[in-house]
Amino acid sequence: MKPARFSYAAPTSMSEALALLAESEDARVIAGGQSLAPMMNMRLAQPELLVDINRIDGLSGVGLDAGSLVIGAMTRHADLAGNALVKAHAPVLAYAAGTIGHYAIRQRGTIGGSLAHADPAAQLPLVCMLLDARIDATSSEGVRTIEAADLFETLFTTTLEPSEMITSICVPLLEPGHGWGFRLFNRRAGDFAEVSAAAIVFNREGEAAVRLALGAIASAPFRADDLLPEFDPQDAGWPTRAAAIVAEAAPIEDNARMPADYRREVLQALLEDVLRDAMRRA
Amino acid sequence: MIVEAYERLPIALTVNGRSYDVTVEPRRLLSDVLREDCGLTGTHVGCEHGVCGACTVLIDGRPARSCLTYAVQMQGASITTIEHHGASGELSALQQALHERHGLQCGFCTPGIVMTMQAWLDENPEPTEEGVREALSGNICRCTGYQNIVDAVLVAAGRQADMRKAGK
Ligand SMILES: Cc1cc2nc3c(=O)[nH]c(=O)nc-3n(C[C@@H](O)[C@H](O)[C@H](O)COP(=O)(O)OP(=O)(O)OC[C@H]3O[C@@H](n4cnc5c(N)ncnc54)[C@H](O)[C@@H]3O)c2cc1C
Ligand code: FES
Ligand code: FES
Repeated sequence: MKPARFSYAAPTSMSEALALLAESEDARVIAGGQSLAPMMNMRLAQPELLVDINRIDGLSGVGLDAGSLVIGAMTRHADLAGNALVKAHAPVLAYAAGTIGHYAIRQRGTIGGSLAHADPAAQLPLVCMLLDARIDATSSEGVRTIEAADLFETLFTTTLEPSEMITSICVPLLEPGHGWGFRLFNRRAGDFAEVSAAAIVFNREGEAAVRLALGAIASAPFRADDLLPEFDPQDAGWPTRAAAIVAEAAPIEDNARMPADYRREVLQALLEDVLRDAMRRA
Repeated sequence: MIVEAYERLPIALTVNGRSYDVTVEPRRLLSDVLREDCGLTGTHVGCEHGVCGACTVLIDGRPARSCLTYAVQMQGASITTIEHHGASGELSALQQALHERHGLQCGFCTPGIVMTMQAWLDENPEPTEEGVREALSGNICRCTGYQNIVDAVLVAAGRQADMRKAGK
């Protein structure tokens, strides 16, 4: 399986990269190549021009800015998983990044690439939705900030323009009192999720709230806070009850490998664990 | 600068510390260039879409699929292949353990496993069996059923720890 012919550019500055994206009819950014290269090898993608953003300085790394983590688009999954700031302020993101694919894949794949690729079963789109992340998309016209909830349109489709590049991801910090849960079900370690779920529970000084996001069961990950029954952090039976209610109500698409009924049962079991994990950690 | 689709670009690839002058069009996979242009056939090619791990090499010290990388991307990078492991004439602790524990049959998957698991062991010097199994999930072996590979990686980790203690 070899890719079709393509032209290649490896700009060293943002302005060069953005000009190439603006000028070319059919250019694609290549970051880690862990999704684009397989698609090109299978000729599911045949871009005319690849704009390699690996040589542009300043696109990777994690910083703190005004109550948020600011994550460069080229930050690799392994570095996100191991980053001390991410572990301290958004542990669910670090944990989820460490579950992506396999060890070697995580050394190359990037957060920007994962979000732009928009696989409904991918970890980072799900967790970015859960955390109310904001995504900075840059083109030669300027920077546009997109709420994670508005980025994912459907299967492998985002609201990014072809001339836009994700440059950074801004994740609000989780303050004390927040607990998290993330679980996925796959058939083999490293495979994409068949069902995935992530939750954040906030429980402090009489205030309580819960957020929930579900992945892999529909054409895009989605927030499911509204499907949850009223949250009672004192009620030890709440996760079991909530899991049953959400699993019953969640829209689940059929898929050739796994019928919806089966996925619904898996979802219920995952949800119970995820909600329990989040309550325990809060 | 754009390299056109039909253009062939001369590049210098640094592999195992040696420079190879090769001429590639953009779509040439690093795995093919290593095998065909550099003559380094220890890097194997199985699935060509990132799943089997046979083509794993190190790029700047980190494991990567050479079938998901284009050789043109590798100007200025440092690539390490399985041939590096044989360079001293002795087997590494991991290779020796794979040999003793029957961690291979046909050996097709072995170069990728050595490249991946050596890097992983360097990062995780005191591994659990579960950790080894998780890390191995990215390398498909069609022969051994994994038990012996897992054993070999754990044995190699133990020996490497002993060597560290002995200050070698
Ligand atoms: C064997 C295998 C298993 C995998 N398992 C999982 C898994 O379990 N979970 C998971 O989430 N992923 C998985 N992946 C895919 C994941 O590893 C990739 O990291 C990710 O989906 C793409 O990131 P990338 O940096 O490699 O992007 P690329 O492959 O370089 O690009 C992907 C897409 O995003 C676009 N793009 C890249 N960067 C940007 C940017 N900054 N701005 C705009 N567009 C951009 C590209 O044009 C392309 O369309 C797996 C991959 C493999 C090969
Ligand atoms: S040949 Fe590269 S992963 Fe299979
Ligand atoms: S030993 Fe034959 S594929 Fe692994």
